[in-house]
Amino acid sequence: MLTHLQRDPATLPRLLLTALVLLVLWPGIQISELNLGVLLQADNAANMGRFLADFWPLAHSAEFLQLLGRATLETLAIATAGMALALLLAVPASLLASRALSLSAAHRQGNPSAWSKALRWPARGLLIVLRSVPEIVWALLFVRAVGLGPTAGVLAIAITYSGMLGKVYAEIYESVDPRPARALLIAGSPRLAAFAYGVLPNAAAEMLSYSVYRWECAIRASVIMGFVGAGGLGQQIDLSMRMFAGGEVASMLLTFLLLVLLADQLSRVLRERLL
Amino acid sequence: MSLRLAGVGLTHANGQVALSEIDLQVARGERVAIIGPSGAGKTSLLRLLATSLQPTGGSVQLLDCQPWQLGNRARQTLRARIGLIHQAPPLPARQRVVTAVLAGRLGQWSWPKGLLNLLYPLDIDGARAALQRLDLGEKCFERCDQLSGGQLQRVGIARVLYQAPELMLADEPVSAMDPVLAAHTLKVLNDDAQQRGATLLASLHAVDLALAHFPRIIGVREGRVVFDLPREAVEPAALEALYANEQLQPSHSEAPTTGSVQIPRC
Ligand SMILES: Nc1ncnc2c1ncn2[C@@H]1O[C@H](COP(=O)(O)OP(=O)(O)OP(=O)(O)O)[C@@H](O)[C@H]1O
Ligand SMILES: [Mg+2]
Repeated sequence: MLTHLQRDPATLPRLLLTALVLLVLWPGIQISELNLGVLLQADNAANMGRFLADFWPLAHSAEFLQLLGRATLETLAIATAGMALALLLAVPASLLASRALSLSAAHRQGNPSAWSKALRWPARGLLIVLRSVPEIVWALLFVRAVGLGPTAGVLAIAITYSGMLGKVYAEIYESVDPRPARALLIAGSPRLAAFAYGVLPNAAAEMLSYSVYRWECAIRASVIMGFVGAGGLGQQIDLSMRMFAGGEVASMLLTFLLLVLLADQLSRVLRERLL
Repeated sequence: MSLRLAGVGLTHANGQVALSEIDLQVARGERVAIIGPSGAGKTSLLRLLATSLQPTGGSVQLLDCQPWQLGNRARQTLRARIGLIHQAPPLPARQRVVTAVLAGRLGQWSWPKGLLNLLYPLDIDGARAALQRLDLGEKCFERCDQLSGGQLQRVGIARVLYQAPELMLADEPVSAMDPVLAAHTLKVLNDDAQQRGATLLASLHAVDLALAHFPRIIGVREGRVVFDLPREAVEPAALEALYANEQLQPSHSEAPTTGSVQIPRC
């Protein structure tokens, strides 16, 4: 009893998906009023040129470097402390939100029962709430609540990033090979152990690289939040820009570049050494 | 009674009927081989017995429990007493062999002990002993992705030996091994079951191995039990009927196919 399909049954869905992507992309460009032409208009280009000309020479007086060093350390500290707090919340929430550890999925070929799906919603909902408000808004709120300074930045990063980390972790658990964890669950293993033995070995590399990338983003975010008074390099840039000190701004931009380079290297080294 | 199936049917989510009207009783300590052509339902039957698939009809009784009437916790306790050797060993590539073997007892350990064991293997000797019985002792601290197919398959078996379950299920446990090693491995499994008084059910593609190692043979075809006999009573005619395949007759008058016919072994 062989049924021969003449055509690949996946053709139609794929065509529809392509059409859909094109349909969504075009209005997006229209609505956002993307117009690269303004960059080339004469007075705009001249304005930018003047600003950029100020960048050289880089500011490098001992006094400024000391200030820069302090601000950089503060930025790193804000990003790291924020990430640490975020992880405290993200890891448990991701375990609750992911269906990779569903007991009912283990004997229903990966399709959890309706009951088990419903139980995952509160955790998913929490993660959505946490990441739906941008960190800059949280920073503004916390600057009101706890005053100017790094604490506001740390709390803002912790809240938004726990939502992002939790969501992506949960999806990483679901995207790796589910069979090792299912085999363990079927042999009576508790869920946490099945996670540690069945999912983690396959998910660790991706989790690590995403976490380091997020740390890099947290550094950038802490700079932006500096503009609203949450400390670090951002506050410093804000000051330098107001004083039209192009050289100082350029030095600080160079520092960003070095920080991102550092994060990139860290990610590479960790992935090579630990895994 | 180690297991009792009555009128069990299993239909996969896509509507594929994998098992129908299975009646089967196996006493404690019995050793049974399940044979049958590819796609017959051997894996489905073993997964059903491992509570890895829920039947769509009939009643299943394992180790004097009704697994699908139990709560989650009680079912996990029952599952810790059942070990399944999978057709393709489900081991993470980056995991070390010693960890993969020790994971066999996760069902018997509390979860803190399980996590502690991940930091430092708590029973290296136990893992090594299980591996040594399969001539794999020196691979204890290698990573799973550094093993050959047959070695990986033996790691999967060592895990279940270490688990020491009352009901041992093996799905083509020697499909990736050479004949000598296959015979040795089946002997190890049978000896282990006999020593511990455990029940052993294994599906096999090699009929000679089934007849050589198992006192009771069950033939499965198209999701049904075709025969269930002591090995002395298995006739060549019964085997021929079991494996007969109309699709693979050479007189197939389709467009000429190039190359040989491939039977998937997944
Ligand atoms: N997850 C699944 N979803 C849908 N159908 C399935 C699934 N697993 C197996 N089947 C179907 O159920 C039938 C029995 O499959 P099963 O894996 O039990 O065969 P088998 O006897 O183990 O074969 P083999 O010797 O090739 O391993 C086959 O027709 C197969 O296509
Ligand atoms: Mg099979």
